[in-house]
Order: sequence, then C-alpha cells, then structure tokens
Amino acid sequence: MPGLTLENVTKQFGSFTAVDKVDLSVPHGTFVCLLGPSGCGKTTLMRMIAGLDLPTSGGIRLDGADITQVPTHKRDLGMVFQSLALFPHLTVGENIAYSLRIRGIGKEEQRKRVDELLSMIHLQGFGDRPVGKLSGGQRQRVAIARALAISPRLFLLDEPLSALDAKLREAMQVELRQLQQQLGITTIVVTHDQREAMTMADTVVVMNGGRIRQAAPPVDIYRRPADAFVADFIGSTNLVDFTVDSAGRVVVLGTTVEGLAAPTGVASGVLSVRPEDLELTAPGNGALAGVVTFLRDLGGTVETFVEVGGRQLVAVSMPHARPDVTVGQPVGVRLRPEACVVLKS
Amino acid sequence: MNTFLQRCYFALFGLFLAMPLIVVAGVSVNEKQTLAFPPQGFSLSWYGEIFANPEWRSALIASLTLAALSAALALIIALPLAWFLWRRHAPWANVFQLLGIAPFTLPPVITALGFLTFWATTGFYGQPATAVISHAIFFVTLPLVTLSLGFSSIDRSLVEAAATMGADDRTVFRTVVLPLIRPYLVSGYAFAFVLSLNEYIVAYMTVGFTLETLPIKIFNALRYGYTPTMASVTILFVVVAATIFGLVARFGDLPKLLGAMSSRE
Amino acid sequence: MRREPPQKLADYGPLVFPAGMLIVFFVVPFATMIAVSFFRRDPAGFYTPDFVFDNYARFLSLFFGKVLGFSLFLAIAVAICCVVLAVPFTYLLARTRRKTQVLWLVALLSVLSLSEVIIGFAWSTLFSRTAGITNLFVALGLMSEAVALNPSFGAVLTAMVYQALPYTVLVLYPALVRLDPTLTEAARTLGASPLRAFFTVVVPALRNTILATLIMVFIFALGSYLLPQILGRPQHWTLSVLITDQAIYQSNMPFAAAMAVFLVLVTLALVALTVYAGRKGEAA
Repeated sequence: MPGLTLENVTKQFGSFTAVDKVDLSVPHGTFVCLLGPSGCGKTTLMRMIAGLDLPTSGGIRLDGADITQVPTHKRDLGMVFQSLALFPHLTVGENIAYSLRIRGIGKEEQRKRVDELLSMIHLQGFGDRPVGKLSGGQRQRVAIARALAISPRLFLLDEPLSALDAKLREAMQVELRQLQQQLGITTIVVTHDQREAMTMADTVVVMNGGRIRQAAPPVDIYRRPADAFVADFIGSTNLVDFTVDSAGRVVVLGTTVEGLAAPTGVASGVLSVRPEDLELTAPGNGALAGVVTFLRDLGGTVETFVEVGGRQLVAVSMPHARPDVTVGQPVGVRLRPEACVVLKS
Repeated sequence: MNTFLQRCYFALFGLFLAMPLIVVAGVSVNEKQTLAFPPQGFSLSWYGEIFANPEWRSALIASLTLAALSAALALIIALPLAWFLWRRHAPWANVFQLLGIAPFTLPPVITALGFLTFWATTGFYGQPATAVISHAIFFVTLPLVTLSLGFSSIDRSLVEAAATMGADDRTVFRTVVLPLIRPYLVSGYAFAFVLSLNEYIVAYMTVGFTLETLPIKIFNALRYGYTPTMASVTILFVVVAATIFGLVARFGDLPKLLGAMSSRE
Repeated sequence: MRREPPQKLADYGPLVFPAGMLIVFFVVPFATMIAVSFFRRDPAGFYTPDFVFDNYARFLSLFFGKVLGFSLFLAIAVAICCVVLAVPFTYLLARTRRKTQVLWLVALLSVLSLSEVIIGFAWSTLFSRTAGITNLFVALGLMSEAVALNPSFGAVLTAMVYQALPYTVLVLYPALVRLDPTLTEAARTLGASPLRAFFTVVVPALRNTILATLIMVFIFALGSYLLPQILGRPQHWTLSVLITDQAIYQSNMPFAAAMAVFLVLVTLALVALTVYAGRKGEAA
C-alpha cells in the first residue's frame, strides 16, 4: 500500500513512555498534522518517522517496505526543523543544493534545480546570499526548498512556523498547503497550533500522553470530537455533565434538553457544546436558567459568560446578533440539540 | 564608575604590563653591546643578529619547528577526542578529557619531571621527537578546550538535517561539522603554537642538553652574560604572539573563546 | 542528533589515538615519576630501582620545611596581589565596548604566553642599575643615583605578579562578563554609589569565583621556577626551583620525583578545594 503506515509504534526513554502503541496510516499524497500539547509525543513520533530516533517496539512501513531500522540518510526524506537548521557556513543556494551534492548530482543539474526551487519560493537571485542575512520568512522558505530539493518520499515539518510572527505564520500556512497540493507530496507537520492544523491538514491527528486521541479531517475533529480532551483542546467548548432520565431524555444541570437522545446504554456522561451553539433567550420555557457574569466584546465576536447551576458557560455570537443583556441579568440558555456531542467518558 | 578614574586605572594596568617590554624594546636598539636604557644610539642590528648569528638562527628554527609540530600533534590528539565526547554519550570517556586538561593544570615542573623520568627510563632521552611529543601532551589542553567549546556551539539539529538529506556520519563530519569547527581548530592550534614557542621547562628537561630552543638559548645567554640579541628576540616573541592572537581575534570570536557567552552584544 | 552510547566497536575508533597518546605519554610518565620517587639514587647513572622512603624522609628537615613554607607564602602573596588588582580591572573591562575588550584580551594573552625566561629577563633589565627604572627616577630628580633593585624579594614578587596577572584576568573574565549588569543597576536605583554597589553587590555575588580564582592563581604561582632564580637570592628559591635543581644539576631524580609527587598532592588538594568551592557556589 502506498503511503506511510505506523504499526503499534512505542518509544520509551527510560521508564517514561513518550509514544504509546501508536497506529496510523497516512495515504500517499495526504497532508497530516500531528497536533497536541507539548510533551504529548508528537515530536518523538515524527523523529521516529525520520529515523532520528528508533522505536522501542513496533514497525514503520513506507510504500510497503519496512523502514523501521533504515538509517535516516537512506530514507529519502525532506525535513524542516523547528530551528530550521540552515547550514550557517553555506549560502542559500548551497543549502538548497546540499542533498543533491550528497547524492553526487552534477553541478549543472544542481544549479538548474536550485533555480527552480528558488523561483518556487519566490526568492530568485538569492542563491549566493549567506543564510544569516535573510529575514525570518525568507529563511523559512529556504528551509522548505532545501527539504524539497530531491522530491522526497516524505515531507516532514517539525513546528516549522513557530518562529514567525502571527501574520506571517498565517500566510505561510496557506502557502505551504498550496505547495503541498501542487506537488502532491505526502506531508506530515508537527504543531501545537490548532489553527495551523485546521488550515493545512487533510487529517488532523490529536495526541496526548503518547497516544492518538483522534485522527480525522479538521471539521470532524471540531464538530465530532472523540473525547473531552479533543473537544477541549480544539477550539473552546462547554463541557457539561449530563444524566439520562427514565424516559431516555438527556438532563443537563437539572433541565431536560429537548430533541437530544443519549446513545442506548449510556446513563450519564459529558456533553460538549461549542460556544456558537449556545443560544441566549428569555428565562424559562425549558431553557437552562442562568445569570450573565461577564461580557467580552472582541469586535468580530461577542462572548457572553453565563453562570448556570454553579457552572460557567460561554456563548459566542456575531456582532449583528449581539444579545441584549447586561451583567447580572437572568437569562435562559438553550443548547442546540444537533450540535451537542456525547463524549466517551 | 567615574570614567576618568577608570581610564587612569586602565592606563596604570597597561603601563605595568607594558613597562618591562618598553625597556627591553629600548635596550634592543642600543648601538653597542651595552645594557642601557634609554638606548645609546639607534640600531636594528640586534634584530638582524637573530637571523645572521648561526646559534640564534638555529635556536629560532628549532623553536619554530617544535612549535609547529607539537601544536599539530596536539590538535590531532584533541580533535577526535573532542568529537567523540560531543557525538557520543559515554560518561566514562570524560576521564580522557580530564587527562587532557591535567598536564596543563599541574605546576609545569611536575609534568616536565614526569617526561624526564619517562624518557630517561625508556632510553629516548635527548631525542628531538621527545620534545615534540612532550609539548603536544603538555599543550593538548588548549585545542581540547577550544574544540569542546566549538563543538558545543554547533546546533545538533544541523547534523540531523544533514542526515535527513542523505548524508551519512562521515559525510556529515566532512560537510557540516568540519567547516563549522574550523575557526576553533585554527585558534586551538594558534594557542598551542604560541605557548610551545615560549615554553622553557619541559623543553629543557627533555632536550635541554641536545637541542637549544629560543627560550633555552635566552636562559643560557642570561647565565653567561648579556647580549642585546636577547632583547631583540624578546620583542620578536611579543610581536609574534600579539600578531597571532590579533589574527585569532580578527577572524574568530576571542571573547567567546575566552568564556563570554554570545558573539553579539 | 541524540548523543547515543557507542553501539559498535568501530564507534570507539576516534578514541583510540587520543586515549593511547594520553595514557602512554601522560599516565605512564606520571606513574614512572611516582615509581622513581621510591627508587634509590645512583651517582653513576640516573637511579636504581628500589622501594625506599628515604627521598620523602629527606623533606623532614628544617631546610626543606623553610623552602616549602616560603613557596607557599610566595604563592599566596602573588595570588592575593593578583586578585586584588584583577577583580576591579576585569569587572570594568567586561563592561567596556567589545572592541576595547578584544584589544585588551589580545594584550593579556600576549603577555601570558611570554616565556618565563623572557619575563625574567625583562624584569631583570627593568630592575638593573644601567637600564633600569631607577634611571628614570634619577632623571626626574627623585633619586640621586641609579641602583640595582634585584636580586630581592620585591623583584621576585613583582615579576611573579606580572606573570600571573593576565592569567588572573582571564580566569575571572567569563564569570564577570556573564554577571548580570542589572544587579548593579538595581543597587544604583536603591541609592548605592557605583563604588558601594561594586563592594556590596558585585564582590559578594562573586565570592566563590574569587575564592576559586585565588586558588587557581596560587597553583599557577607555585609552578614558577625561573623567576626566583633570575630575580631572587637563594633564600627566595621555591620548591619548583629545587625540583629542577635536583633533577638536572644534582642528578638526583628520585629526590626530585619525591618532591614533585609531594607538590602534586598539595596541588590536587587545592584543586579539590576549588571544585568544592565551585559546587557550593552553584548551590548557593
């Protein structure tokens, strides 16, 4: 099967398990983001894919061949490091040509390929400059071009954009995604920035504690989080406990949510509702009864904090639908039943 | 602190360091073979004497040869050791780091006596090669320290990046590590070279009776009377040392080599 | 790159040559020296193998007691002079522009690398009657006639301070250059004058560094062997001078070796003290 497959991959450092029995399949040509908080094992997982660390157990296959024990330099990879790792003693052109030079490719062909890559990253004519003289964004592009010089079988990026400022980062995310689609190259990015993951990936792999919590397309990750960790880590959400009454209806904070049925056999659990799926209404009429505690107007959106039965819930609305409430005012909160996700506990 | 006071302090400090050298420089240009300051007349002939007089010339050549060879040998010992300690995780190998630093840390007379007993016992006493080896071991500390510093300043992700691009260990060393370590190699060599050039006791205890290096020659000359050539050689040495360290500073990062943290302020 | 333990035998390859050289040409000579210190002197050759403590027993005389005492006293005096002069200098140097620093560092290294022979010669010239500093005093009218200032204890001390001063500055330099400048700035904002800030903030913050430097300079000064010979009288000779004298001129290598071993023990004890002081400094 073309693509990358991880089977039961585990990595232990002493008694600490950094990556715990991970199974993952990355079909050829897809863009995968490994997403999670620091220390979740995403970087270790990528280092094992690159061969920079060897798994304690488990196997890694690339296009059907077992590469678990293949040394890094024989894997035909392109990797962008968090520090970028541009060679300070080489020029921009020499950096990009490095993997070609290692493979003994002719000078003329090297030059042609470097020119091609420089124009791909919009840095024509920069070939002879020392890398130290480039701006952050330019260095970023050079690192990407360098990794792509040999048309690698896998394109790996470890927190590639973390050093850039917010604006530049967003622009680069779009650029990177377009580049990947244009080249059709299997790409894996490690990031702790969920916006970055949502922007670029075909599949987002959320990790925590060395395990994969969910691997799914971005929209599913957001709309259908697999568990409380994913729901909470991706965007912001309201997590509320629920019970199921004798009629099979879901009861939240003492109030029955109309139109929402719990899966059979579930007596209680946690419900995730995104802030944009909370509706503020007049009290009563089957809505949860609460009191407004704080209003945050961010210009683009308005966040209303409501205390319901000792729990803080957040509702988000667009400015044109700004709720007409003030702090201290009693309000009703309605959960949109189709947007509620019942989570595994 | 008060800038004026600071200037005065620096000036006094500088004067203390420079004063003996100023006097020696003055003495070295005396016209006649007299030890007089201020100099009587002006002549550079005592500088010519270093190269013209066969005894001084051969001492100069012996010193330069010894310094060039022993510094090279010290570098050849230090480079693989420093590389190994940087590349591998082997705590026990730090013993060799310690062994590399010890000869230079102990009072030199001890290291010198160690060599003397060793060469005498093994029967090589007095052979020129023993001085080269002894100096190389004595000064291996300097390239070892500069190279360890150099390796620690290499971002390890550069090595990983090279590996992902297809370079094996040997290629990484040749194309990434070696070019980055080069300034430290040069400065390590320069330090060892200059100190070997000036070293007296180890050279004296190993080859003192068979080979005259410049410091030995100066000391012997000092015991048997005075000649202004001693002064001109002294100045020559100061100039050589200042030039070499000046070059290290020009092409390398001297404050960093000596322990300051970053190259940028 | 993760530093991994060597896996294959070939991974140890780079270690072979350096380790071999250091063992054969440092450890073995050192061991030879220790062995020789128990040998008996052979007036005809170098020595004959034996196992006697005579060489060590010879220390236990008033003469060697005096020499050892003087050596330690001289080294301590040099260390104190150097540290007192060098601490304020290095502190100020570390705060100057980088260019100024580089210039001074080059000068200090140049003086530091000077052969002891050269330093001895230079100072003996400076202290001489015909070319010495007293001629300058005569010219200024401070003295009526030029005199020789050596051999004397003062001459030995001055030259040894000269020799050790650049070393002291370079030992202090890393610690002082890394000293957080906001420390003194904070003291200044709290109302301390620059001088007071130096003595109440900088010096206490560097207490362990200064102690370690004292010990290192002390060891450095212990190694001085030519200056006491060139600039001093026989009563100013140090243990290093005696070792050289015994080894070369008296051809008594066993006794020289025994003294060297003894000197090593003193040095090692002091290095241990330095390390201990450093550890304590890190913990504090």
